[in-house]
Amino acid sequence: MPDLLEPLQFAFMQRALAGSILVGIVCAVVGVLVVLRGLAFLGDAVAHAAFPRIVIAFLLKANLVVGGMIPAVFAAVAMGLLSRRGTIREDTAIGVVFAGMFALGIVLFSGIRQYTGDLLSVLLGNVLAITPEHLALGLVTSALILGFLWLWWRELIFVSFDSVGAQASGLNTARYDIALLAIIGLTVAVAVQLVGIVLVVAMLVTPAATARLLARDMRGFVALAVGVALIASVAGIWLSYFVNAASGGTIVLVATAEFVVAWAITQVRRA
Amino acid sequence: MIELRGVSAGYEPGRPVLAGVDLEVRPGELVALVGANGAGKSTLLKVIVGILHPMAGTARVFGEPAGVSRRVAYLPQAEQLRWDFPLVVEDVVLMGRLAKLPRGRAIGASDRSMARDALERVDAVDLARRPIAALSGGQKQRVLLARALVSEAELFLLDEPATGVDPATEEQLMSLLEGLSQGGRTILVSTHDLAGVIAHFPRVIAMNGGIVADGDPSILRDAEILRRTYGGHRSASPDLVADEHHA
Repeated sequence: MPDLLEPLQFAFMQRALAGSILVGIVCAVVGVLVVLRGLAFLGDAVAHAAFPRIVIAFLLKANLVVGGMIPAVFAAVAMGLLSRRGTIREDTAIGVVFAGMFALGIVLFSGIRQYTGDLLSVLLGNVLAITPEHLALGLVTSALILGFLWLWWRELIFVSFDSVGAQASGLNTARYDIALLAIIGLTVAVAVQLVGIVLVVAMLVTPAATARLLARDMRGFVALAVGVALIASVAGIWLSYFVNAASGGTIVLVATAEFVVAWAITQVRRA
Repeated sequence: MIELRGVSAGYEPGRPVLAGVDLEVRPGELVALVGANGAGKSTLLKVIVGILHPMAGTARVFGEPAGVSRRVAYLPQAEQLRWDFPLVVEDVVLMGRLAKLPRGRAIGASDRSMARDALERVDAVDLARRPIAALSGGQKQRVLLARALVSEAELFLLDEPATGVDPATEEQLMSLLEGLSQGGRTILVSTHDLAGVIAHFPRVIAMNGGIVADGDPSILRDAEILRRTYGGHRSASPDLVADEHHA
């Protein structure tokens, strides 16, 4: 029987656990809006679009998280505005920007002739490499994101549920749409440190998608999404320690397993 | 209350759906907009609510340019809303309060009390905790009306509220609108139900790319007006109109 508290003897594991819980909560709450609005593809694209700027930040020896944060917000808002103009469909705008930006990142990355360990951790995630500075930055950013959502949650839901009715009632729907896109961009930038660019969309979508299967009202939806994310984060960190596997991938696998269980429950209920 | 002068409007430059619309609506009026699909009924409502700007002409509501006043409630066609969201009826009704709250103030007990009163007025108070995904077409319209009531709107614009609703429910909905109108609200409704219009609306506006006729429901018995409105696809006989309604 392994000593379950053994991982917490190490400071890096304590930081990993705190970071994964933090990111899990933020991604789950933002993920509720992402799933309701059908913006999963946008979240994935924002993560990939941040890659070239992260490479540039690496080359300039700048902070990698901050290096990804600004372009992530910019890319989310740009893709949203491009599709709002109505000249091309949203998924098309996302596809073009996402592929183009990621390709630029690959080209820049292939030209680097020095040790790229830090950069690889941004691509694939390395929760064990979270520094106290990363944690502090994540804490501040997460507080900002959750604070914004706490203040304007009902408005964001109204705009998502009935955009025309919300506009007619006097709400500035364009402002809320852009704010939501910026929030998704910020969340992606924070989550990249935990699970990496490749898997960040899973943190954003899977807990909320799992909760959507089981929730009957909005309060339950958010609470279930947070619960699913917390289980995935904590269990993922523990499992990855004991089986010596990649932490980001393990967290996402646990979340995926939770989704499969929730889906099975809905099938049993229907039968 | 509503004053449109020479309004043209549409969705593509140079291709107006509506042209040359002059319209005045006074407080407390109950007005039906009738016409075929594409006649411009929804477009006219969107101009009045201010979400579509006229290509030409002026649109004023409560003496201000359309879109400025917050005393207007717009009820879009039900299928445009996301009824699959995990919301309960009270959540949707309370949305009507959001634009009215002072900056930084959250929904409070007085707002919830207003929501309950509004649901009582539309005879839907027992639905307050029901998931919106489980509502019938008529119940959805009642919930949207309750949302309009809590927003303290004085002008209600309803876009085809009777679509997908059975005749009995539609009759209840029309009676409800009559009651709201008698209570001082001004109501414009776009509809395809000519029999319902004849039974409940004191004023009818027939449309086909503009206003064909504007008057009491007797205009729907005029063969020439119906021909110009529907292009010969509707009968002038009120009996047949009633038959179509109940078919």
